[in-house]
Amino acid sequence: MTKQFLLDGQPVPFEDGQTILEAARKAGHYIPSLCWHQDFPPHGSCKLCIVKAAGRHVSACATPAKEGWEVESNTPEMNGERRGLLQMLFVEGNHFCPSCEKSGNCELQALGYEYEMLTPRFRHFFPERPVDASHPDMLLDFNRCIFCELCVRASRDVDGKSVFALTGRGIHKHLAVNAESGRLADTDFSKDDLAARICPVGVILPKGRGFAVPIGERTFDTETIRSKTLKEEES
Amino acid sequence: MSALPATPTDALDGILQRHGHYPTELLQILIEAQDLEGWLPAPTLTHIAQALHIPRSRVEGVAGFYSFLYTQPVGRYRVLFSDNITDRMLGNAELMDALCRKLWIEPGKLSEDGLVSIATTSCTGLCDQGPGMLVNGRAIGQLTHRRINEIAEMIRQQRPLDLWPAEYFQISDNIRRKDSLLNLDMKPGAALSAVVEMGREGWLREVQTSNLRGRGGAGFATAVKWASARNASGEPKVIVCNADEGEPGTFKDRVLLNSYADLVFEGMTLAAWAVGASEGFLYLRGEYRYLLPQLEAVLARRREAGLLGRHILHEPCFDFDIRIHLGAGAYVCGEETALIESLEGKRGTPRIRPPFPVTKGYLGRPTVVNNVETLAKTCLIALGGGEAFAASGTAQSAGTKLLSISGDCAEPGIYEYPFGVPIARILEDCGASDTQAVQVGGAAGVCLAGYEFQRRIAYEDVPTAGAFMIFDGTRDLFDVARAFVHFFAHESCGFCTPCRVGTSLLQGFMDKLADGHGAKADLADIDWLDRLLKNASHCGLGSAAPNPVIDTLQKFRPAYERRLVSLDFEPAFDLDAALAEARQLTARDDPGAHLQTHEEEEK
Repeated sequence: MTKQFLLDGQPVPFEDGQTILEAARKAGHYIPSLCWHQDFPPHGSCKLCIVKAAGRHVSACATPAKEGWEVESNTPEMNGERRGLLQMLFVEGNHFCPSCEKSGNCELQALGYEYEMLTPRFRHFFPERPVDASHPDMLLDFNRCIFCELCVRASRDVDGKSVFALTGRGIHKHLAVNAESGRLADTDFSKDDLAARICPVGVILPKGRGFAVPIGERTFDTETIRSKTLKEEES
Repeated sequence: MSALPATPTDALDGILQRHGHYPTELLQILIEAQDLEGWLPAPTLTHIAQALHIPRSRVEGVAGFYSFLYTQPVGRYRVLFSDNITDRMLGNAELMDALCRKLWIEPGKLSEDGLVSIATTSCTGLCDQGPGMLVNGRAIGQLTHRRINEIAEMIRQQRPLDLWPAEYFQISDNIRRKDSLLNLDMKPGAALSAVVEMGREGWLREVQTSNLRGRGGAGFATAVKWASARNASGEPKVIVCNADEGEPGTFKDRVLLNSYADLVFEGMTLAAWAVGASEGFLYLRGEYRYLLPQLEAVLARRREAGLLGRHILHEPCFDFDIRIHLGAGAYVCGEETALIESLEGKRGTPRIRPPFPVTKGYLGRPTVVNNVETLAKTCLIALGGGEAFAASGTAQSAGTKLLSISGDCAEPGIYEYPFGVPIARILEDCGASDTQAVQVGGAAGVCLAGYEFQRRIAYEDVPTAGAFMIFDGTRDLFDVARAFVHFFAHESCGFCTPCRVGTSLLQGFMDKLADGHGAKADLADIDWLDRLLKNASHCGLGSAAPNPVIDTLQKFRPAYERRLVSLDFEPAFDLDAALAEARQLTARDDPGAHLQTHEEEEK
């Protein structure tokens, strides 16, 4: 008999070592995430996948499932916390969706819709984060960074270049590139790197092409992030 | 200040050489490299990255993480005022203001001639002799206006620190009450001989019998930790002494390391015997760097006496040595997995647990991380036996506890009590009167009001790592909570969303209340943030960050309410404050340069 736990009252089967998030998605239940990626070990920084397991808050992406656990995820309480976390991510950066090339393809924006975020709620931080347009093929707009470190991990672990790293601490943490000048053009970054196409928001963007697909016809304009994620899981 | 060598690159290469070009030594290399020019210019980082064969981005990431590493120029005299609430209560703000005016500079900025920079830093562990400061990493306590005048003069004359009056740098132990640990006069090696006699199994059984629990505050059973590491696979195993004593208001480890270092190192060696470890680290917080030379001397003496190194006490299979690893101003590194990351030469970001360090710690090897006091206490068990140790204290909290007492009392300092001592007794002993509240366990701890003073120091009642800050009737508990909220916002590592953004938002709400713009709706938002931080944070820093607010809101609510404008909502934006920069640029502060706000009209 396979092991199982209860997710919002529904039985979810799992194999040993599988996390709550992996098992849930495989069984067709959506748990949101921003920093999680199937090709990398769990990171656990965005906290959007937070669930209550046996009464305790845990990151579903980093917590191995346990037999007989009762896990709460799609509840007003957990979704309220997720909405709050999204609002935090929006106010700490500079996100202007209407003029962003990533609008409609952006996971942060899609989750804002998914969790019915109607206002920013908190005061905006308006941090100063200059863009880096030095590279011939790619643009860096740090204003939108959510610190998921997917580019850091992709460049270091797959591309073997460590083009990106985080520096600073706390609210002053920011992305740095691997060059004394601090300019992307002075690194060995290439538009063909995995790091060039892994950003879930609009920080790392290709140059020379803009608004090729009109707003209104983009990924999350036609389909919610929930159904797209679950469909990808099936295929 | 060290004189510049002929070529800085030669000196830098010497540092890299001394550390064997190991990337795990990156933080140590950066700390020493910074001594060359007082800060870390971009080419220095590039040079270090090339020499260690690691990406420059990693070096920049580490250099940017620690408060005491500077990638921008700082003064040749780098003055940091300790900014714990106890320093504030002793007037550190006026003293800093006075020094800034005398030297014609603004806090946080570098003087135009590059001579001096002045800023604040988190608690430096001098609360019993504050206000404190660090000048180029060296600690000075008992600051007064007279001392500040003299310091200003010596900086202006560019007098080298070594020629400053020696009494400036004298840090007293201030031990006020001794019990079993502080009364222990042990010949180095005596405890070790006893446990070698017992054998590894026998020694571990004694520790189990003693019911010794971690003195860092969490109270995990020491024997269980040691046994787990011993049974875990992976070699060589590691013993880490956590001397990253960053909790505001704590300074017991400072005293143990200053006057009882042999007990601490012997305790580490006792742990190594039980676990079968061969490598040891003392993680020393950067604020205590001034203790480094004397600690190295103790280690050298112990090596010479055959108490460290190969075949300790002539035991064929007992090899163990200790290295001291310096921190550089990061409270979060007191969290054991962040500490291990830092030991590996990385940013101090807490890891996902499990796996726990006892199975996968330093470089993936089984690692025991123990508090300074815990390790010192193991000497008592080795000499007197586990049963005798378990006989003192309470049922669930065996032995004694060192308390670091500061704030409003006649005799601040170190007090050792058997567990179970009531708060009221401590207050009486240290000469506190008209006590309004006590913050036990530091910023992350608990704020106790008068009606709770019969509670006891013990894991089962009021657990603590040792900080004990006293506030009398003249203090405003809102100010206390606000100081701690600022502390957590400054020290958040920034890894997870709730702590990175939440601590800053909380700081914003507390500042809004302090500025007289608070509304009832803000208290609701504070409440909501408190809960999210507690629930969703990645590590203990984030989940403890709201504690001071939760406690004071519950027990001292009027301190908040009298700051509220009686409205449901009040915007945080202050029109008049927004003109501050314009006023500064035009050197104006007359009434015409201010906007009338409704509050002023009411007056």
